Amino acid sequence: MLRLLSFALLLGTWWTAALFVGGAKLPAPPAVLHVMIAEASSGALFLHLGATLARVALAFTLAMSIGSAIGYLMGRVKLADRLGDPWLILLLNLPALVVIVLAYIWAGLTEAAAIAAIAINKLPTAIVTLREGARALDRSLDEMARVFAMPRWRAFRHVVLPQLAPYIAASARSGLSLVWKIVLVAELLGRPNGVGFEIGVAFQLFDTPRLLAYSLTFAAVVLVIETLLVQPFETRANRWRPRAA
Amino acid sequence: MRLEVDIKGKTFRSAAGGIQEVLAPVKFALQSGEVGVLIGPSGCGKSTMLRIILGLDPEFSGGVARPPQARIGMVFQEPRLLPWRSVEQNVRLAAPGVADAKLAELFRILELEAHRDHFPGELSLGLARRVALARAFAVEPDLLVMDEPLASLDDALASRLRDEIATLVASRPVMTLLVTHSLDDAIRLGDRLFFLSPRPARIMREVPITIPRAERSEADLGRIKGELARLQLESK
Repeated sequence: MLRLLSFALLLGTWWTAALFVGGAKLPAPPAVLHVMIAEASSGALFLHLGATLARVALAFTLAMSIGSAIGYLMGRVKLADRLGDPWLILLLNLPALVVIVLAYIWAGLTEAAAIAAIAINKLPTAIVTLREGARALDRSLDEMARVFAMPRWRAFRHVVLPQLAPYIAASARSGLSLVWKIVLVAELLGRPNGVGFEIGVAFQLFDTPRLLAYSLTFAAVVLVIETLLVQPFETRANRWRPRAA
Repeated sequence: MRLEVDIKGKTFRSAAGGIQEVLAPVKFALQSGEVGVLIGPSGCGKSTMLRIILGLDPEFSGGVARPPQARIGMVFQEPRLLPWRSVEQNVRLAAPGVADAKLAELFRILELEAHRDHFPGELSLGLARRVALARAFAVEPDLLVMDEPLASLDDALASRLRDEIATLVASRPVMTLLVTHSLDDAIRLGDRLFFLSPRPARIMREVPITIPRAERSEADLGRIKGELARLQLESK
């Protein structure tokens, strides 16, 4: 209810601002909605949205799985930490734009280059978060698992993974928002479809309603994925914690 | 089966950089069916000794011969339960082969039936300790190691659990190593008592109790206690 009210307030502000600024710079909500419906009925909206989502899904999965594995290793094995740390610092501080441009130059304007560039941008944050998680693992529980001769996989699944779950959730959440932002840049610079490409076209034509139509649809999809996927996972991972009163 | 402990020494480097001696040479052996009790002042290195015996700490000089196929049941000083798994899952994860009937029996004895589906965070320390006991018993261990298992339990429950431990030890050929502060627990459960010195720990005195556990009367226990008190006075 409160969320709805907050949303209505946002819409109201937008509408009022549109009246003052004028339709060319900030179109009113109905104008944007009109473009949305037109694009949706032609199918273009879903095509571009689908292309972007596919890239997000691929890059996100790639970065999360590789990043988690490397982070876990670095948190557990000192040698891996010392070897990997300089690379990590380099990757963490490399601007997204540099990675994307270099990927396009080296691998051509291809799908693989785009996805790799997005994944590489997300990779270091996943590593850092999971490394922290692996460092914080409770040694006394490790010992318990060893004494009771739990097989490796069972110990990993029931002893280690639940301890990492909050870190995985945190990394997924921050990582997803990072990927959302970067995917559009990658599309703008080197793909012939996707929301980023459409926004690039809209920018060249100064077509603000079109720009807003695509961005807002995109934002809505992000919101839906957050509430339907990320938040339930977090709740489930934390269900054993005594609830705050 | 036989457990042979022959620790020549254990040192560790303190944060300040000095080298501290935790264990002096300690040597003893334990047969199946025997209960050895380690009694010593707190901080004397008992837990370090247990970690070495369990194979958790390879950095010591000397050796520990444990039958490689021996199943180990361990009751740590803190319960060390998985907070994200229910009481029943905690036990089953350590003892995947445990039969439902056996588990039900254990839960009944330890009065945990009502708590099967609770998470450890919802239990009192006393209850959590009982879950840790159930877990150690459920694996049907060949080597049972208990580090102060009855601390912080009320007297009635502690004495009942002590009887349960005695029953379990009698029911199968298990080597049991018990660490305790309580002389009472020691003489009721132990076959051989090892009195440890302050750090660095060594065995000051080994006292066998020859009367079988089941046949010890209150009078016997009183007499043994008296003898131990006299021995301890002499050693001072």
